[in-house]
This record gives sequence, C-alpha cells and structure tokens, in this order.
Amino acid sequence: MIEIHDLHYRVGAAPILSDISLSLPEGSLTALIGPNGAGKSTLLRLMARLEPLQSGRITVEGLDLATTPTDAMARTLAIMGQQNSVASRLRVRELVGFGRWPHHQGRPRAADREAVEAAIDAFGLQPFAGRFLDELSGGQVQRAFLAMTFAQDTAWMLLDEPLNNLDVAHARALMARLAQLVQDTGRSVVAVVHEVNYAAAWADHVVAMKHGRIVAQGAAEAVLTEDLLSDLYDTPVEVSRHDGRPLVLHHHSHSRIADLSRGRLPDRARLS
Amino acid sequence: MRFAAGLGLAALLALMLVSLGVGAAEISVRQARSDAWTMLVLMESRLPRTLAVALAGAALAVSGTLIQSLVRNRFVGPDTTGTSESAALGLLAVTILAPASPIWVKMVAASFAAMAGTALFIVVIRRLPRREVMLVPIAGLVLSGVLGSIVTWIAWQADLLQYVGVWMSGEFSGVTAGRYELLWVAGLAAGLAWVGADRFAILSLGDGVATGLGLSTASVMRFGLVVVAVVSALVVTTVGMVPFLGLVVPNIVARVMGDNLRASLPVVAASGAGLLLACDIIGRLLIAPYEMPVSVILGVLGALIFLVLLYRRPAHA
Amino acid sequence: MPERASWQVIAGLTGLLVLSSLVWMFQGIGGGNRSFILTLRATKLAGLITVGASIAIATVLFQTVAANRVLTPSIMGFDALYLLLQTLLVASVGITGFAMLDPTLKFLAEIAVMVLLAGLLFGTLLGRGARDIPRTILTGVILGVLFRSISGFVSRILDPNAYAVVQSVSFASFGSINASLLLPGGLIAAGMIAAAFALSSRLDVLALGRTAAVSLGLRHRRMVLLTLALVAVLVSVSTALVGPVGFFGLLVAGLAHGAAASDRHAALLPIAGLIGALILVAGQTIFERAMSQPATLSVVVEFAGGLFFLYLLMKGRIR
Repeated sequence: MIEIHDLHYRVGAAPILSDISLSLPEGSLTALIGPNGAGKSTLLRLMARLEPLQSGRITVEGLDLATTPTDAMARTLAIMGQQNSVASRLRVRELVGFGRWPHHQGRPRAADREAVEAAIDAFGLQPFAGRFLDELSGGQVQRAFLAMTFAQDTAWMLLDEPLNNLDVAHARALMARLAQLVQDTGRSVVAVVHEVNYAAAWADHVVAMKHGRIVAQGAAEAVLTEDLLSDLYDTPVEVSRHDGRPLVLHHHSHSRIADLSRGRLPDRARLS
Repeated sequence: MRFAAGLGLAALLALMLVSLGVGAAEISVRQARSDAWTMLVLMESRLPRTLAVALAGAALAVSGTLIQSLVRNRFVGPDTTGTSESAALGLLAVTILAPASPIWVKMVAASFAAMAGTALFIVVIRRLPRREVMLVPIAGLVLSGVLGSIVTWIAWQADLLQYVGVWMSGEFSGVTAGRYELLWVAGLAAGLAWVGADRFAILSLGDGVATGLGLSTASVMRFGLVVVAVVSALVVTTVGMVPFLGLVVPNIVARVMGDNLRASLPVVAASGAGLLLACDIIGRLLIAPYEMPVSVILGVLGALIFLVLLYRRPAHA
Repeated sequence: MPERASWQVIAGLTGLLVLSSLVWMFQGIGGGNRSFILTLRATKLAGLITVGASIAIATVLFQTVAANRVLTPSIMGFDALYLLLQTLLVASVGITGFAMLDPTLKFLAEIAVMVLLAGLLFGTLLGRGARDIPRTILTGVILGVLFRSISGFVSRILDPNAYAVVQSVSFASFGSINASLLLPGGLIAAGMIAAAFALSSRLDVLALGRTAAVSLGLRHRRMVLLTLALVAVLVSVSTALVGPVGFFGLLVAGLAHGAAASDRHAALLPIAGLIGALILVAGQTIFERAMSQPATLSVVVEFAGGLFFLYLLMKGRIR
C-alpha cells in the first residue's frame, strides 16, 4: 500500500499540491487523471522521491520515503520518468539489465539474467534486444525503459505519462499489457494518464485531480461519471459504456465551441 | 569480440615497442642487454616516456568518458570544461604564493582547483536552456577561455609565462625517469573509475532513472569529479594540456561498442593510450631531430575529428 | 536617416570619444620632445579608433547576416583564419618569394585571399540562414581552434625551436599597434565602413531573414556574400593591426543594441562604431596612463566579454 498523509507542496509562493491524503490499493492499476496543471506528475514525482518532500508523509509498503535509504527503496518502488531519450549508446539488453542493479550492485547472478530475459519477453523486445537504443523508434525506446522498470521486480511501479509519444495502437497495447501484468503478477502500477479513455478502459482505481487537490478517488466505475468528468475537465462529456467499461465521449457540438471561441475558455486551459 | 580485443592489445603493444625505438639517439632495442649505454637510454628516457604517454592517454580518455556521463553530453572533454585551466590556475597560485612547496602540495592544490573549476562548469550548464545539446560544449569552451585568460594574465604579471607555456601545451620530450611517476596515480584514479563503471553508466541515463534504481546521484557525481580533477591536474603538471583526446576517444569507442561502461572503459583506456602514443611517435618523426609537441598534433587531428562527429548522421536517421 | 533619439546618442558618443581622445593626446605631456610624443600618440589613437570601429561594425554586419545576436566573427574563427593565412603565406616564402613583397602589397594580397576564403567557408555555413545556431557556433569555435592549431603546426615546422605557447594564448595587443600597416589599413577600413553605411537600408531588409528579404526583392545570396566580404576585410585589418580580439565585438554589439533606439542600421552602425572606438581609447587611456599596464585592456575585455557570452547563453538569448 502507498499511503500519503497531509501532503502539501509549493514552488515559490505558488501552491502546486494542497492537502493530499490518499491510500492506493495494492495489486491494481491506478490511473492519475486530471486536466493539465492539476499536479498529477508532481504528485507522482513526490511518491517517486524525485522531488524532496516539503510537508506531509508518504509511506510505501510501510517504508517512510523520507527516512528509507534510496537503495532500499529501489527494491520496493520502480519509476519511469517522462523523458526517456538518452544520449547513452546502450543496447536494449544492457539497459534492461540495469533494472537488476538494485539487487546485485554490479555482480549479476543467473537469476538476474533470467529476470532480464523475462522482462525483455514481457514487453515484446526480444527482436531488438541486441540493438542500440538510438537505432529504435520512440515507442520501442519507451518499451525498453518500461522493461527496465519491470526487471527491477518491485511491488510498485510508478509511471509518469507512459503513453507519451505513442500512437493509438501502441498506447492501447501498452495499457492492455500493464493491466495484464497487474493481474498476472499481483504488482501494483500507478500511472499518470493524460487521455481519460485509457484510464476508463483499463484502470482498476482512478484518482482525479484538479488545481492541486484530489477531486475524487475510487474504483474506476465510481469516479468516471458524467458530472464529475465534465467538472474536472471544464468541458461537457458524456459517459457511455463499451465492453462493460465506461467510455468517455467528448462533445463537439458547435454551439459550445462557439461559446469557447468567444473567450469562455476554462481558466486552466490557458496555463497549458 | 575476443579477436578484436586481442588485435587492439597487440596494436597497443606494437606502438609501445615503436615508441621505445624512436628518438633523437639512434639505438636498437635488441642490443639493450649487451650495450650499457643503450640500456641507459632505454631505462632513463624511452621507457619512462612510453609509459608516461600510455598512462596519460589512458587516464585522459577515461576521464573524458566520466565527464561526458556526468554532464550527459557527448561533446565535452576534460580540456573543454575549464578543468585543465583551473588546474593550471591552482598550480600557478601555489607557485606564486609558496614557491618552495613540495611537488605533492602543488598536485593537491591543482587537483582542488580543477575540482572547483569543473564544479563551476556544472553549475553554469545546469542553468542553460534544456535540450540544447550544443550549448554545453560552447559554454565549456568559453569558460575554459575565460579561465585561460586569467591564467595568462596572472602569469604575465608575475613573469611566469614560461611555466604556464609548459602547462598549456602538452609534450613528452622532457619526460625522464623520476619526472613522470605521478602519472601512475592518474592511471590508478582511472582504474578506480572502472570499479564504478555501472554507476556512471546509470547516471548518464538521467537523475530519474538513477534515483529509481536506488543510486545516490550526488555521491557518484562527487566520485566522478574527483577522478576527473585528479587526472587533469596530474597530467597538466607533469606533461601539460593535451587537447581533444578526452573528447574524441570516448565518442569513437561509443560509436563502435556502445556505452556499457563496464565493457567499454578498458577499451577507452587502451584506445586513448594508443592514440596518444601514435601522435607522440609522429611528433618525434615529423621534423626529426626536432620534436613536434603532441598537443599541436592533437590540436589539428582532434579538431578535425570533432567536426566530423558534429556533422555525422545520427545512427537512426 | 536615424531618428532624433539616435542622433542624441550619436552626438553624446562623439563628444565622449573626442573628450577621451583629447585626454589620450595631451594628458601629462611635458616640455621636451613634444612633437615626437604627439606623433606617437596620434598614431596609436588612429590605430585604436580604426580597430574599435572596424570590429564593432564587422560584428554588427555579421550578426545581421547570421540573424543572431550571439555570433561574432571572432567566435566563428574569422581572425584565426586570418592568422592561419598569414602563417601559410609566410610558409610559402621560398617557393613564391612572398616575403620579399612590399608590406602593403602583401597586406592587400592577404586581404584578398581572406575575402575569398571567408566567403567560401562562412558563405556555406551561414548562406541559407543557419538553422541550428548552437551547432553553427560550435562549428565556428572548433574551426577557430583548428586554424590556430594548424598555424602552430606550420610555424613549428618552419622553426622547430619556436616558443610553444605564443600561438595558443595570444591576445590582442592594443598597446603596440603595427604602425607600418596603419595607413593602408585605416584607409581600407574607412572605405568598408562607408560602404556599410551606404548599404544600411539593404541591411535592414537582410535582417528580416531570408524569406522576407527574398519576398521584398533583395538578391539575398549576393547581399550575404557582399556583407561577409566587408566583414572579412574589416577583421583582416584589425587582426593585422593588433591581433585577435576575442569577445570584444560581442561586447560592443551588445552595448550598441542597448544604446540604439532602433535596430535600423543607419543608427546602429555609427553607434556601434563609436562605442567600439570609445571603449578602446578610454580603456587604453585608463590602463596605460592611470595604471601603467598597457597590456591589460585586452585581458579585461576578453574576461568581460566571456562572462557576457555565458550570460547570454544562460538567459537563452541564443536565438
């Protein structure tokens, strides 16, 4: 379980996150959703210890983020950032291999090598395993980094916008793979998801954020309602159902677009 | 792979043998056991020189790899980040303030100054606009220029220009037994870097990845800085600045075998030693019986290779 | 024509330049040998003004071609190229008897070759308006290093005992100007500066960028090459007189853009030229007379210019 208690975070005088208390359930795929500037990525980066805590407390599986040594944390929590283009010329297998570093500190054993191959298989990277990252497409690089995070073999994986740079087909395949992975291995995945329908189709648990606060959290079915989403994104949406899951439809009615173009933009939209 | 490694090692040994045989005094290496004078030239001049070149080349190439992974930029080397100039500044300060200090004091001062200069560079580039890969080397070159102008001005005021001239242009003609041994320390520092190879490779993947894998980025950074600074300081004091070596060699090796530093650092070291040996031998032959300083040769060669690296196509395009 | 605000700036700068020139000429002048000292000082003054104005105007022109406020001829290796040329021409001494020529003729020949080379090299690099500015700068910096290294290499071959440092750390010597080339250099520079003034409205169009310039009917490629030729000549003159000037141009062009009310070249060029001359005359007066350190000005300029450059980089003013 990840527990967040009374978290506040500001940059300069501007509050970025206010009054966040949360507990994220184990063994599920949790999606953080919300409009641009809601604080989703900041919250994830705080959970990932990439930003220092200012006030409040975060524990992962009972380990306090503020006091647990970073190398111990790395065996409980794996993270993947937004920007995964690197200057290093590494082969996919070498990159994924670094995912085992927290376990062997430079002396890999047979079990580590097996875990690396398993991760490469799990993300369909076997055909490229011997290739250099800079010879691959953006989507393949993204998958290589995910495989590294997976090879870390932690109870929790935090992913900051893993669908960035992916087209529809690849994004869907990735979400499906993550959902499958949660189901098969019992690991917990938390992902910032920009397009709400990917959350609707695959997430078990949804946390909706706006203006640095939690608006709602709970099972996907309970959170993804018409009223809540219309309010969250400041734009009318309709929720239909497809394949037993919610399906969010955006309105493109022209009278409303005329409203928008007359200057009635949602106030947050201007920031982005 | 094995075969390539063997071939490389053989080439390095061959270069070292050639280096033993080439010089102003005509000697034949094979006669060394029978002829006392030949033995003397070998042991007092040629062997020290060969070892000095190999050690300096290997250490500089390794420290180039380190600085490149610390700042995550391919287009920098220890001589384009203000490191060498800062070392000269520290050395100059000791020479003026406490001229009688023993050599190790000068080394320590130079190392600390080099560390401070490199840290200054890192502070500067952290404030550069992100994603502008080419700005980092530009900032480094300009910073080196500014520091170099301070060094020259102080040396000019204190009438030490001759000293500074020796530090600023690397050559090995003055190397004899007893005057290069500190380079073993530089070699040792580079060897230590190999122990941390995985850590540097992870660090170059970004702070996020490094933190995710439980690495303390600050301590890896400090370790790298110390190695780079010590190597630069020792090389500058014993033989003078060697331009572009630390920039060019890691690039070429990475192009061929990638950045898995555990595997590639030994190759980087051997290639650095080989390249510097080759340049030194050329320097000895080109205008014999005079010598061309190795820094002049590498200035031309290194700048040309740099330009090629700058305009080569990225691998995936 | 420059507008009113610019006229005021120009008048003010002219006043300051005249004032510091007077101080330079007549400060602490004693009884004996008056005319000798005055001649010496007048020569130096003419040299400083020529160099200051040449570099300032060359830099403004270059920045207009490159459409960028960070690039300068020195940063892009122009003066290193000139020095390399000099070395190479000297190296070909035995073959062509080049050194036997009259210094003025030799100078003219160097300038001609320089215009050709600079047009070829930098015309290719900047001709279509450099898109990747950082890469272009880096290329120029490395070209500068390469040219200096080749100069060092060649002079080593010519004279194996040569003192190793000189070429790598040489600075401008504002204190000792190469007087034998002052007259031809000054005349040539004056001609080039007059040409630049005459072209100022076209330069305004060039500054709008390639697309706009072509659309307005400017013969873009020809104008770029012409401007680069002016730059090459001006840099050759100043390098021949005092040596490479480093970041001086960047500093002056930055100040000129700050001081000028508009970016119209009719105002910008005279203001830049005056600031360049003023800095050198006033600076050299202070360092040579007040502090008796005639060689310090170039180091101070280099230092301040370098810091200014880093400041521009960090502020993201590179585009």
